Amino acid sequence: MDTQLDLWEVFTQSKPGQPYRHAGSVHASDRQMALQNARDSYTRRGETSGLWVVRSTDIAATTLDDNPSFFGPNDDKIYRLPTFYTMPEGAKNI
Amino acid sequence: MESPLLQYLFRLGDDSLILGHRLAEWCSRAPTLEEDLALTNMSLDHIGRAKMILEYAASFEALGRDADELAFGRDERHYHNLLITEVPNGDFAVTMVRMFLFSAFDVLRLDELSSSEDETLAGIAQKGVKESRYHRRHAADWIWRLGKGTDESHRRTQQALNSLWGYTAEMFDMDDTERVLLEEGIGCDLHTLREIWKKDVNEVFTNAGLTLPEDGYMHRGGRNCVHTEALGHIIAEMNYGYAMMQA
Amino acid sequence: MTMLTESQSEFFEAKIARDEKIEPRDPMPDDYRVHLIRQISQHAHSEVIGMQPEGNWVTRAPSLRAKLILLAKIQDECGHGLYLYSAAETLGISRDEMLAQLHAGRAKYSSIFNYPTLTWADIGAIGWLVDGAAIVNQVSLQRTSFGPYSRAMVRICKEESFHQRQGYEIMAQMMAGTPKQRAMAQDAMNRWWAPSLMMFGPPDNDSPRSHDAFRWKIKRESNDTLRQRFIDKTVQQAEVIGLTIPDPDLKFNEVTGHYEIGPLNWKEFYDVVKGNGPCNQQRMAHHIRVHEEGAWVREAAQKAMEQVNH
Repeated sequence: MDTQLDLWEVFTQSKPGQPYRHAGSVHASDRQMALQNARDSYTRRGETSGLWVVRSTDIAATTLDDNPSFFGPNDDKIYRLPTFYTMPEGAKNI
Repeated sequence: MESPLLQYLFRLGDDSLILGHRLAEWCSRAPTLEEDLALTNMSLDHIGRAKMILEYAASFEALGRDADELAFGRDERHYHNLLITEVPNGDFAVTMVRMFLFSAFDVLRLDELSSSEDETLAGIAQKGVKESRYHRRHAADWIWRLGKGTDESHRRTQQALNSLWGYTAEMFDMDDTERVLLEEGIGCDLHTLREIWKKDVNEVFTNAGLTLPEDGYMHRGGRNCVHTEALGHIIAEMNYGYAMMQA
Repeated sequence: MTMLTESQSEFFEAKIARDEKIEPRDPMPDDYRVHLIRQISQHAHSEVIGMQPEGNWVTRAPSLRAKLILLAKIQDECGHGLYLYSAAETLGISRDEMLAQLHAGRAKYSSIFNYPTLTWADIGAIGWLVDGAAIVNQVSLQRTSFGPYSRAMVRICKEESFHQRQGYEIMAQMMAGTPKQRAMAQDAMNRWWAPSLMMFGPPDNDSPRSHDAFRWKIKRESNDTLRQRFIDKTVQQAEVIGLTIPDPDLKFNEVTGHYEIGPLNWKEFYDVVKGNGPCNQQRMAHHIRVHEEGAWVREAAQKAMEQVNH
């Protein structure tokens, strides 16, 4: 049986301090190869300061069926937003 | 007659030009798409380096040739590259073992040249050493995988090492050109690099369960422009498009 | 194969109607999935097979600069194949399976790559015309409804922006060069023009499967619309550098503001699709041979990882 090696998901950071974003995937047998392949596939134009790779099978994700109960309960808790609060006239830096 | 500096630049430039050519031959032929990208990246590094070095050489050479003419327009007895760079790619094991043996040497050489008295050369070396460190690492990781992988990969890799070993001594030869450049503070002492290289090489192959061959007969000639038959074919191929566009 | 429940089906249709992207874990009709796998894998195969005609010149490029540019460009095609295989893999098909389909002749790739690259000018023509046509199509596909495909297209369009320019630069330099170089450039133009136009696929009234593709917003603009856009911008570019468009019927329609072309040889197109192009056998044989020669390397990597936790 032929193999194209395992599938890994690649996350790139464009500049130090920026969040890591999903870029795509590569095939690789081990972590070193996954990192090197991610480097050659997704950073050819030198716009990257960091790379994460993780085996695709190690990612857990929500499904659409989860959505109403998973995310729904939080969308009415507007007291978590700073704009919910009234600040006294004239107060600064708050 | 080529000055010692010009000869020295041809040595460095031709190593990269010819190895870059061999790596470019892998284009659309690698075992995975990812490795195709990796091999062509290494090729781009070397051809880019050859371009910089030959442009520097062209800036003062007596016949007024430009970098392209130096790259594609010389005849075979005027190429100064190491024989190991022109050995045909063979299978993936030959390519990776060659890449490792050469890059492990190249890292040491370029590290020394980074502080060369010749500022242009030092600048090229400072850029190159970063590239070659990555090449060395990429090849070392593959040697580990191939050595540890299957019986077949182990056998092929050991065979590749045995066949290439005889081309490694030439890397460290100190001849008149090397000595003149060393005295001028431009070149480096290749003799002292040999032991560091050997230790590195031994460690990587041993970790992969492979055995370094005994030092047997060592092939030499590249530095004196006496090559294997393979080089003429590389030159003929490289020259084809160049000549087409001169007409 | 699973049937969508009514609510899943509504969800899918509503998302399409709102122009939202469908994501891999969203419910989708089987036909939508099958159509996408076919289209994306064909697109991926095209990128990868396309490396061969250009790779034919990488060791023979006429200058160090040209060699670097060409190598970087072919490398991009390889990367783009990889992005597209990745996008298709989110639909539940593996790269192994896609390659097996290609090798068995069950998956196609763009017919344009079955033509040979005979001179250095062909590299110019491929960059300018073939990539130029591909870009028109790919810009349109950035708006495709499947998220991973759309995102791959955005990345690809960004990276491809230099491809067409490098091809046009080669053509422009040759047209400004010696008589021999000008003849070489015109010859390449003559051979690549019509096949490039046929890259957009058959005329709209003769295009199978496009109905569903439009309904699902996989395809956003028709073959003929895209072809016309390519013609209109390319004719002007040819004129600027003195190349003649090899079409005696070509004329500008003042009323519509578009160029009109003479009939294309669709018989040749279908012949090449069926496998009778100059390089079909060579391209597939190369791909299969490389795949087989690389098997021991992939197996070794897999086994090494299983033996030791690297």
